[in-house]
Amino acid sequence: MTLTGCITLAAALLCIGIYGLVTRKQAVAMLLSVELMANSANILFAAFAHFRGGASAQVFVLFALAITVAEVAVGLALVMLIYRRHGDTTLDLASEAKQ
Amino acid sequence: MSSQIGFGLVAAIILVSALFVVRSKNLIHAVLWLAVTLIGTAALYAQLNAPFLAGVQVLTYVGGVVTLMVFGVMVTRRHGGAEAPAESDSDEKGFIFATALFVVLALAIWKSPVPLPVQAPIATTNQLAHALLDDYLIAFEALSLLLLAAIVGAVVLARRRDPDPVSGEEAGAAAPTRSTTEVVP
Repeated sequence: MTLTGCITLAAALLCIGIYGLVTRKQAVAMLLSVELMANSANILFAAFAHFRGGASAQVFVLFALAITVAEVAVGLALVMLIYRRHGDTTLDLASEAKQ
Repeated sequence: MSSQIGFGLVAAIILVSALFVVRSKNLIHAVLWLAVTLIGTAALYAQLNAPFLAGVQVLTYVGGVVTLMVFGVMVTRRHGGAEAPAESDSDEKGFIFATALFVVLALAIWKSPVPLPVQAPIATTNQLAHALLDDYLIAFEALSLLLLAAIVGAVVLARRRDPDPVSGEEAGAAAPTRSTTEVVP
């Protein structure tokens, strides 16, 4: 297990998340892809905490975890709102702000 | 040597399940594959000498976020089931873009000189607690405020509007032009 291996793993996970974010249309599926990308950032923090030392990077992982949970809560509330208004969670429907 | 094999195994589990997350037609399956990805990440944390992070990852992500996501899928799915509609026409474009980005990132990673790992002392959970509640106490408290604001905001956004006493209709549905974040007294 090397630092380069961990960084490459995080980069691959980020790219998979971006692929899902671009191709999916359902709001919940896009939230899942965002989760993958946040997870890759957490892997980076943990890897640098292991290879470069110090507890600070692990504290950053904890903060990022909490922020992601908050993001999921607000995101799912928005999904509920879109579903209630349009009967579907496809994000292309939520275009009121354009008008 | 054994750590190499362990890392390869965990990395393969993470990447394969992440691919299933973005490719599954059924949203419930995608959420469950995300749980596999997150458990694999927890195993990676354990390998990286961060057992507390592994525990927190399993507790909050697998226990909390995945459950929340399953609720989100089941509440918002249509009567036909949780099948996602056909993938959009941006499928090939997204694949090309993601692959190109990964190639660029991998080149940058492999070309850049990686500093030799310092033999750092392993950060114990005790040190982590001191860092969290001593050095970063203000950020910790600010984070609790952020979580409170997010919870209140989510409740305000997602709650069903009380019916209008005059017309009997839902306030949100009756006035589509008005701000959806407005709290109806």
